[in-house]
Formats: sequence, structure tokens, C-alpha cells
Amino acid sequence: MEQSIEVANVPKKKTKSKDGWIRFLTKYGTIIAILLIIAFFSILSDEFFTYKNWTDILRSISITTLVAIGVTLSLIVKGFDLSVGSTVSLATITSTAVMVWYRQETVLAICIPLLVGLLVGLINAFLIVKIRLPDMLATLGMMYMINGLHLTITKGYSIYNNMPLQDGSLAPGKILPSFLFIGQGEIFSVPFPVIVMFFFVIVIHLCLNFTKFGRLLYVTGGNEEAARLSGVPVNRYKAYAYALSGLFASIAGIVLASRIGTGQVSAGASLLMDSVAAALIGYSVFGANKPNVLGTFIGSILIGILLNGLTMLNVPYYAQDIVKGAILVGALTLMYKSRKEV
Amino acid sequence: MTLQMKRIVKSFHENKVLKEVDFTVQKGEIHALLGVNGAGKSTLVKILSGQLQSDSGEIKIGERLVSLSSPHQAIDAGIGIVVQEVDTALFPELTVAENVSIHELVQGPAFFSRRERKKRAKEWLERVGLNISMDRLVSECRLSEKQQIVIAQALARNVQFLILDEPTAPLSEVETKALFQLMIRLKDSGVGIVFISHRLPEIRAICDRVTVLREGRTVLQSEVSELTDDQIVEAMLGKQLLAIQEKSPRQSTTPLLEVQQFYVPKLDKSVTFTLHEGEVLGIAGLVGSGKTEIARALAGQDKSSSLVTIRAKHWKIKHPRKAIEAGICLIPEERRKEGVLVDFPVDQNISLPHLDKITQAGWLDRRKERQLAEKVIEQLSIRTSSSKQSVGLLSGGNQQKVSIGRWLDTDASIYLFDEPTKGIDIGAKVDVFSIISKLAEEKKGILYFTSELNELLTIADRILVLYDGRFIAEKRTNETTLEELMTLATGGNPDGTEHRGSECP
Repeated sequence: MEQSIEVANVPKKKTKSKDGWIRFLTKYGTIIAILLIIAFFSILSDEFFTYKNWTDILRSISITTLVAIGVTLSLIVKGFDLSVGSTVSLATITSTAVMVWYRQETVLAICIPLLVGLLVGLINAFLIVKIRLPDMLATLGMMYMINGLHLTITKGYSIYNNMPLQDGSLAPGKILPSFLFIGQGEIFSVPFPVIVMFFFVIVIHLCLNFTKFGRLLYVTGGNEEAARLSGVPVNRYKAYAYALSGLFASIAGIVLASRIGTGQVSAGASLLMDSVAAALIGYSVFGANKPNVLGTFIGSILIGILLNGLTMLNVPYYAQDIVKGAILVGALTLMYKSRKEV
Repeated sequence: MTLQMKRIVKSFHENKVLKEVDFTVQKGEIHALLGVNGAGKSTLVKILSGQLQSDSGEIKIGERLVSLSSPHQAIDAGIGIVVQEVDTALFPELTVAENVSIHELVQGPAFFSRRERKKRAKEWLERVGLNISMDRLVSECRLSEKQQIVIAQALARNVQFLILDEPTAPLSEVETKALFQLMIRLKDSGVGIVFISHRLPEIRAICDRVTVLREGRTVLQSEVSELTDDQIVEAMLGKQLLAIQEKSPRQSTTPLLEVQQFYVPKLDKSVTFTLHEGEVLGIAGLVGSGKTEIARALAGQDKSSSLVTIRAKHWKIKHPRKAIEAGICLIPEERRKEGVLVDFPVDQNISLPHLDKITQAGWLDRRKERQLAEKVIEQLSIRTSSSKQSVGLLSGGNQQKVSIGRWLDTDASIYLFDEPTKGIDIGAKVDVFSIISKLAEEKKGILYFTSELNELLTIADRILVLYDGRFIAEKRTNETTLEELMTLATGGNPDGTEHRGSECP
């Protein structure tokens, strides 16, 4: 019986042309889709292929991409973090609350939400690594708790300058211009959030591919038992992934708060699915066949361009979800198809 | 009435597993099915239980030809199986009663009374001698109880022939005795039982007839009482193809690894032995003897609180990282599951325990990584298109070399090989042996766990025979024979001497 296992690994004979075609499609399908969509919208609308519109697209995807980086990290260790959306919301209201309610400086308005995000990630890690809850369920539970928590803190109201407080007085602080720069500023007419996005995409890309840290994250997700037998502290690396996932969600939350200039409740709710979609689309980009940050970035671009174009064509926002879902299904099909090939 | 299999042939791709097997079981007998690994037992049993279909040959029950193209049809034909992993046959979240009468959910009426079902389930369980609450969840039952539930399940479906696939391996002595009593009761009530076991004393104790398979053929079919242990062992082994090289075993006296009353959690037993520098110590154990469990515990995969002594230093192996620190590395049996990362390139697989060496301030030196891998590829002559090739695309033997190659050039001084030749071709086998010899020359200690006993005669210096979680004999390789090892490993007693402890002379 044992021998039959090995025999099964011999690649099955197939028509070569079909094989190559599928491989080409899984490798470059996303890029081709992007180019086609760009061509399509450029023909239909004169305003689509302009510098201004492109900065708009990049600005709109910057927050999704930041969240999606975290999701990618959790996917790399074969985990899943459903709590990122609510962590974004929590970070949004903490950063604004720090300024509006407690009259603190920008530095604190950045640091405190970062700490909060890190804490969320560590709790996730604790639940998954120590208590051994399944990742989906643990982070689902956390998602509810964080959602409830951020609504409890704000009592369901958004946070804005001069808002009335419980005791009838007006809020003492306001959202500072230096804070607003994060989401609204530009450097050499490049929006600052876009710079933040590129910075983290590049840094994380380098970390994942050229450092021991990144390698061990991938190895942990690749085969946990083999990694453990080779001396990799797999639990620690899983914990790192969730901690970073929480951290990136809170970075995204800070950028979001600064961009809209208020602390909106439930602002991050829609980001969860967008970022998961971006990360999953990124799986197969350039034939990586694993979660990777460049792929995730391209995934966000694909979604961003589509939404931008559809908005220009006056497709209502609720119908855009249909397109998003269809793209996700398409990307997943490619992903699972190419998995079987290997 | 008899169940008769005639001229059964089955191949997987080009690999002929069953070349021509004849097998007959009568109702009201217990029939042992024997054979070494790869002889074709599991395939034959899977064909009988409808999980696999034979390429040719016929199966008759009485005078009637039957076709067993699905497990369902096998049951309809009156053939039931108690698989080795009983958990796979049960629903842990359902109650005992529901599990026993599970077939009624499929075939019975749409509505049925709970009380009726419990009553009937109770009757069946009484037949197998199990007296537990019908409302207990199966997940809360002990393993022996689960086995009895699976048997009851089969009886409830009115099976005439029951296959028991190594049922005694996980059982204690008392539980085994209870199972035997049950088997005899079933036999007396007219059920034909096929009993698979590696343990000769058990076969002597309970079986009427025996069929031995070797390399996909039936080589012996006879009454148990007419055979000696030697005859059975000889039938299992045949003329061994692998020539045994005459070699003088390495004589080493410097203890490297001393294991005193080391607790093996998955066996719930303790073992004692000593491994010397430059020695290949073979652990001979058949399936279910506990060899993987011992290897896992020594490598820290299963946490044991016992101490081991390596070069006079005490270590508590809490996890694999600690084992590596102590100098122990494991090349696991489940290569693709635990040995290599199949989706990763060869170089990343090999560099895994070396990452600290090729990392500077957190950054990997990929050139060094490639060089390291290429050195190992050359040393072990791993056949791969490049060091960037994905390991999943290599052949089994080359995957195994990657799994081993990772540990060359590390601080490891003790190598645990668990069934290292499983599923690899003869050329790769020879290569693996030469790697092991080389390691021994470098004064490393090697523990070689295997059920392929002939390999031990080729590679090992000293052999410990493992039976039911205990070392029951110790032999110098040049002073033993394959027949003797097989007799010992199957629990026989070749020359009547007392079971010796496993300490060194």
C-alpha cells in the first residue's frame, strides 16, 4: 500500500497547450484583468485616465491595502483574522476621542490606537495559540466584542469637533491639523496616505522575502509540524502574525479617521471584506501561489479601479458589491485551480 | 457457507500490489491474514469491504458471485469491517445507541421511536458484551468500547463475515482477552472472522486457519495447528531479495545517549536503552509496536517529563527546539506531512535549521542559502533540476534525502530515522544507507526505527526488538537472523530464553 502513495504523485499526462494556458492565466490573469478594465473605462470615460483620477484611486485603496497587509500576514501563517474591520473602527474612534475629548496631541492620537490595535492582535493570538480556538471563530468573537466596545465608548455617536458631551457642555478639544495631514495632506502632489501605503507595502514585502522573520512566517504556514520539528517556534510566529494584523488595522484606522476628519462609528465594517478579497486575489498574482504583499496590493488596485470606474459610470454603490463578489469568486477559482496543478 | 476470493489482481498505476491472491474464509472460523508490510493485506481487505475494486478475479459467497463495488454493497453482501482507526467509523457527537443503529437512519423508516432504537441497540451491545449507558456520547467512550461499538454496528447489519484489522494493537492485555472471548462467541454463532495481526501468539491463541500473503500472492493457506512459528515466519519472509552484506559491526563503547525509564506519553510506558557514539542502533518493531511513539517523544514532538542523558548531560526534552539544542533530530515517517515542506523549494527546505547561520541582522543571505543547499544536493546526489525546484515535485527518495540533508552540517549528534525507506525506490534506499553509514563514521549516533527487519541486518550494528511498547530482546546484528528477528517481533520466542532487558552487556 505504501508504494501507491508515491506513484500518485507522478504528474498526470495532459494536453500541453491547455496546461500552459491555465498556468499563464493563473499567473497573469489578475494583471490582464486590470489592464482590460483600465482600457474599458478609458474608452467609456474621458476622465478615467487622468493623473487626478489615479491619485484618487490610490488614495481610496490606501486604507484597504493597509488592512489587507494585516490580513495577508494572518493568511501566511494559515490563519485568518476576521476582527480587522472592527479594529479599524476602534482605532478610528480612539484616535479622535484622544484629541476631541481629552485635548491630547497628535502623537498620542497615533500611539494610543496603535497600542489598542496591538492589544487586540495579542488577544487574538492568545485565543488561537494558547487556548487553541479555531482562528475564524476566535476572531469572529473578537470582532463582535470590539464592535460592541467601540459603540459603547461612543454611545453610538460619531466623534467630531465641538460635539456636545453627556453633561451638555461642548467637547474641549478638536481634531488637529497635523493629524489631518495623515489622511488629507500631499507631498509633491502625492497624497500622504498613498505614501504611507507604498512605504508599508515595500517594507513588508522586503521583510517577508528577505528576512529570517518573513521566512519563518511562511514556513510556519507551509507545514507547521515540519517547521516545529526543525526547531521553529511556530506558536510565537503565529502570535507575531496576529499582533501585526491588529497593528495594521489600527494604522488603517488612524489614516481613515484623519481622512474623514471625524471619528465615524462602524467606519471599518466594510473594510473587512474588501481587504480579505484583496489578499485572496493576491494569492495567484505572478504565480506566487501563496499570500504575498505585492499580490495583495495588486488585488486592492483591481478592486479600487473597478469601483472607481463603476462610480464614474453611475453604477449605484449597492450594485458594486455584485462586481466585487464576482471578482473574488474568479480569483478564488484561479487560486484553487492552480493549487491542484502543483 | 464460505467467502471465496479467487485470482484477485489489483494494481495502482504500474505498481501491481496484488498479483494473484486466493483467499477463503468459512463461516464459523477465525482466519488469520498475515504478511509483512507491502504484502497486500490492506489492499485485499479494502477490496473485501468495497473500498477498492479489483482489476480482475472473482468473489463468491457460497455459490453466488458477488460484486463489491461500494462499502454499501459489501455490507449488503454480509461483509463488515472493523478498521484499525475505529474513530473513522463512528460519529463522536452521537450517542452509543445512535451509532449502533446508524444503518436504520439510512434504510429504516422515516420516523422511529427512540425507546425502540435504544432497546435494539442494547441487545446488540449485550451480544458483544458491552454494558454501558446507551445515552453516552461515543466521544466519551474508551477505545476498546469504541471497537465493540463498531462490532455491534456490524452485527446489527447482520454481517456474516467480519474483518478485524489489527484490533489488538492499541488494546491492553485485559482488553485483548475480552476481545478474544467476543471473537470466539461470534465464531460459535456462525460468523466468519478475518483477523489481521502481527502477533504470532495471538494467532496461535485464537485462529483456526491462516493465510499468508507475500508480494501480492497467496503463499500459504493452512490450519494453524499444523504449522510451527518458523514455518509461518518463513512464509512471510520468503527468500529475501536484498543481499545482506557481511560486515563486522562497529564496536563502540562511548555512550552517547542514555535513556533510563524514559516515559513515552503516547504509549503510557517507559523505555530504557543506550546508544553509543558511531553506532547504528536498530529498533525492530512491527506496526503497532510503538516505534513511532518512542521516536516522537525523543524528538520532543510529544512532551515527556523524563530526562535523557547525552554525553553525561541531562536534558528534559519539552519540545522539538529543545531536542535540537540537545543534538537530537528526527527524520519522521510521515515525510510529506511532517518531514518536508512540499510547496517550498529545495534550498528553503534544507536551510531551515541553518537560518541563524545565514542571517545577518535579520536579513537572509540568499546566496549562502543556495550554496548550502547545493552542497547538500551534491553530497547526497539529490536529483532535482535546481535548488529552486519545489520539493513536492521530487520523487519520494529525493524528498527523503532533502528531509535528511537538512540535518547534515548541524550540531546534531543523534539522528532518529523513522521508517526512512518507506515508499522510496531501491536506488534511493542504497543511498540512504550510505548516508547513515557515513554519519556513523563521523561518530554520530543513529537510531533506526523500522518494521522492514531485513534492512536492519544491512545497516544496524545492534538491534533492539520492540513488541507491544517494550524492548523484549537485544541482538548483535552478526549474531542473529531475519527469521529470529521476525519471530521475536511477532511475539514468538525462538529459543525459549527469557525476555531480556535492553541494557547493554
